[in-house]
Amino acid sequence: MVRYVVKRILLGALTLFVISVATFLLFFAVPNNPAEVICGNGKSCSQARIQMLEERFGLNDPIPVQYANYMKGIFVGRDIGAANDPRHCAAPCLGYSFRYDDEVTDIIGQALPVTLSIVIGAITFQVVFGVSIGMISALRRGTVFDRLAVGISLIGASTQVYFLGYILLILFVYETGFLPPPGYTPITENPLAWAGGLLLPWITLGFIFSAVYARLSRAQMIETLSEDFVRTARAKGLPKRQVYTRHALRAAITPIVTIAGLDLGAYLGGTVITETVFGMKGLGLFSIRAVEDLDMPIVMATVLLAALFVVVANLVVDLLYTVIDPRVKLG
Amino acid sequence: MTMPGAEFDALAAGGSGGIAVAPSLPGDPGTTGVPGASAKQIIGRSPGQLAWLRLKRDRTARFSGGLVALFILVAITAPVVEMVYGKGPSDRFPDKISRIDTFPYGYLGGVSGSHWFGVMPGSAQDIFIHVVYGLRTSLSIAFISAVITVAVGIVMGIVAGYVGGKVDGVISWFIDLTLAFPFFVFCLAAVPLVTARFYTPRDEVSPYFRAGLLILIFTAFNWTYTARLVRGQVFSLREREFVEAARAAGGGVGHILFRQLLPNLWAPILVVFSLNVPQFITAEAALSFLNIGMVEPTPDLGRMIFSGAKVIRADPAFAMFPGTVLFLLVLAFNLFGDSVRDALDPKSSR
Amino acid sequence: MAPYVEVRDLRVRFTTEDGVVRAVDGVSFAVDRGHTLGIVGESGSGKSVTSLAIMGLHDRRRTNITGQALVGGRDVVALDEEAVRRLRGRDMAMIFQDPLSALHPYYTVGRQIIEAYRIHHPEAGKREARQRALDMLGRVGIPQPARRIDQYPHEFSGGMRQRAMIAMALVNDPDLLIADEPTTALDVTVQAQILDLLAGLQAEFHSAIILITHDLGVVSQVADQVLVMYGGRGVEHGSAARVLREPQHPYTWGLLSSVPTLHGDADADLVPIKGSPPSLINLPSGCAFHPRCRYQLGPASPCVTTVPELEPTRDGGQRVACHLPETQRRSMLEVVR
Repeated sequence: MVRYVVKRILLGALTLFVISVATFLLFFAVPNNPAEVICGNGKSCSQARIQMLEERFGLNDPIPVQYANYMKGIFVGRDIGAANDPRHCAAPCLGYSFRYDDEVTDIIGQALPVTLSIVIGAITFQVVFGVSIGMISALRRGTVFDRLAVGISLIGASTQVYFLGYILLILFVYETGFLPPPGYTPITENPLAWAGGLLLPWITLGFIFSAVYARLSRAQMIETLSEDFVRTARAKGLPKRQVYTRHALRAAITPIVTIAGLDLGAYLGGTVITETVFGMKGLGLFSIRAVEDLDMPIVMATVLLAALFVVVANLVVDLLYTVIDPRVKLG
Repeated sequence: MTMPGAEFDALAAGGSGGIAVAPSLPGDPGTTGVPGASAKQIIGRSPGQLAWLRLKRDRTARFSGGLVALFILVAITAPVVEMVYGKGPSDRFPDKISRIDTFPYGYLGGVSGSHWFGVMPGSAQDIFIHVVYGLRTSLSIAFISAVITVAVGIVMGIVAGYVGGKVDGVISWFIDLTLAFPFFVFCLAAVPLVTARFYTPRDEVSPYFRAGLLILIFTAFNWTYTARLVRGQVFSLREREFVEAARAAGGGVGHILFRQLLPNLWAPILVVFSLNVPQFITAEAALSFLNIGMVEPTPDLGRMIFSGAKVIRADPAFAMFPGTVLFLLVLAFNLFGDSVRDALDPKSSR
Repeated sequence: MAPYVEVRDLRVRFTTEDGVVRAVDGVSFAVDRGHTLGIVGESGSGKSVTSLAIMGLHDRRRTNITGQALVGGRDVVALDEEAVRRLRGRDMAMIFQDPLSALHPYYTVGRQIIEAYRIHHPEAGKREARQRALDMLGRVGIPQPARRIDQYPHEFSGGMRQRAMIAMALVNDPDLLIADEPTTALDVTVQAQILDLLAGLQAEFHSAIILITHDLGVVSQVADQVLVMYGGRGVEHGSAARVLREPQHPYTWGLLSSVPTLHGDADADLVPIKGSPPSLINLPSGCAFHPRCRYQLGPASPCVTTVPELEPTRDGGQRVACHLPETQRRSMLEVVR
């Protein structure tokens, strides 16, 4: 087991390495000089200023050196900038933003809770709502409820986040003032405001992506209900409710846990569209602005962070499998 | 010994599918086969024919299939529509918008007999013909991506599944790597940067370049799902008797791959294809919404929604038309894909 | 004393999109406590459907069941679902063909047996229930029950898994045990052990056993009575000795001659029964077996027009559903043998 975890961690590290190199190269494949961009695209910048910026951000070194420095920064911290007046950046150092001239770690640190709040609420909504609908549909197969649920699921799955998001904004915020405008309030400051400001993003994402869980859990439940061990449970004289929850549900839930875990990992990379629509300053919004600004350190950081979440989520899900299903052995 | 080819074909027919000719008995455990064929005739039908019959009977399939066909038709005949409609995507109608605030006159953003979906604020272009060409953009990118994705996935999946061992290990790791790549964030970064490599900010980017780039990225990120699926199927089929029999009768690797395994994979491949198309439509529209996808002047549904979102309080109709069409497009494909999946494997949900 | 199980004219019908499936089309039999009835037939003959009907395990919404199935005097067909549920696992229990898929993979064997016990003995404490489970595991011959009780089904061998299932079925001392192909998934040597186990337990618990199988060898080993089913109907019924030594129905003849015997002539041909089992949506008119019967009396005969009823033979030793006159059958039997 330990060997398996170690192997996975090493593979994960390799994956992250490849991704970091790919992202780095992507940036330097561009003919644009980041220093010019920092100075201000289009505005005429003096050579001196450009040179100063190049030094300040360590852009003079050859690319592999820049990459090595970047990696070093993540693990032990580094000094960036001119030899005579370096700025110290403690580990984990993700560089200095070209645009904001701030430590990327700080910037990310502010954006992360926003994305985290969106994602946790959204996933909870999706899973709870979707799985409930799916399970009940399976039990009431063929009835009006079932057909309605399947229909609504499909409609949800076909809706675009930005479409539904704007519709909800118009309906509930702009025209009627029913809900407060969406925005982020740290939960530590005011839990109620935190939830209220995130309600619309949660509902939007929750409704659209619950469809996947509804369909999956419905299909799983239907299949599980026809399994032999469910028949045995009934043959033992168990009441329906125990058959459904203790026997069927328990077996049906496994792939749902897997998908929820992987989804969590994927989402944490940044719910770009949601943040754009609702104007929330999370990882997604920062990453898209960073791309527009050619702000390499932020782009690098968000890409790596997103990949890290996915790798970790994959590992956790696989480990969880062994806990849920005693037949599974890893390695 | 008779001709090897004939033997193999018989084997392939015997090993295909698994869908019985007649319905299975409910509540009769331990019944694998079904006694007797269905009422009227005892006709041996291939799983493909059975699936087609089931599909034809399904009302939702007929309806959504019709809608899909309609959309495809409109997309293909866009220039004809333009001719009949009388207006093109680059035509402007400044007299239909107010000179003061650039918003269109009339209700619903300027809907009228000559502008079925109204007129865009600002640019004063006709929304309907933009939606028509936008359909063309969405569908062509989605279909081409789906075809290439599935093709690459099949090849990789078959190679990984059949050859196994180290090759499989490498391909599987590569698949994991691809899956770990944060698709969206990478797209955000890659598209503008790669475009900047080939075009200076002042050049007009060729739509084919952008489209090609999108197709490349979609394929790069999605072949893995097909590959995984095919690999899994190949694993399970590899050990089935008909493959062993073919090998025993002297069939070579190529033969086994293409005449034995591939015909049995067509159903899951079709399913994956039917899932991919609406996903690509969605992804392309989303990227265009973020201005990373298709840019001016190519008409695009996602980008129209973005433009419409900017003025959504003053002129909600602008975003509604492309938004609703996009919704119906994806819905139609999802419904149809669902029906196709049901027809191929009736045990699955209904 | 009245038989513990009495089935009278049981009919089970399913409505499917291709028509009404007459899975069981009029079956009648009785089983006493301490006796074993073997139900024999091909796939689709209705034997499993019958047993599921007795247990009340069919989906009431999609299944139409008529007739009577009396268990301990109570008609399972007429009772409401909750009443039947209370009987299940307590008065009547069932074991299935594949114990690996019939046991829940995520719970330990002990937990599943304890569950079966506590559902009908809610007042029992955890320790008492666990002790009972240990007892049962020992009774069915599983070595080291204390270790095994906390293991998962996949950690057992095939034979032991079936024993565990039997333990679970008998934990509440049911008076009826239905065994649906209990040995089909097992090796031949293990088969014999399981059948011995069942016989021993029956002697101990004095329960009625209905054993469903397609294997005549199994029937000859444990059954007191045999019911041969075909096309959803009983075609022959009598003591095992009689039916196996002096079968009266052409289908039974076919079954017996299509099975190799250990002591028979090694060069004798195995004679399969020509044709395939009938469609249960479109049963043949008259006798369900007539299309495949070599001795069919002709297209205008009762074989084609009238459904034969199970009628006793002249000496009353067994019942047969066949239009052939008994004398004719007896002389044919000599030829077949």
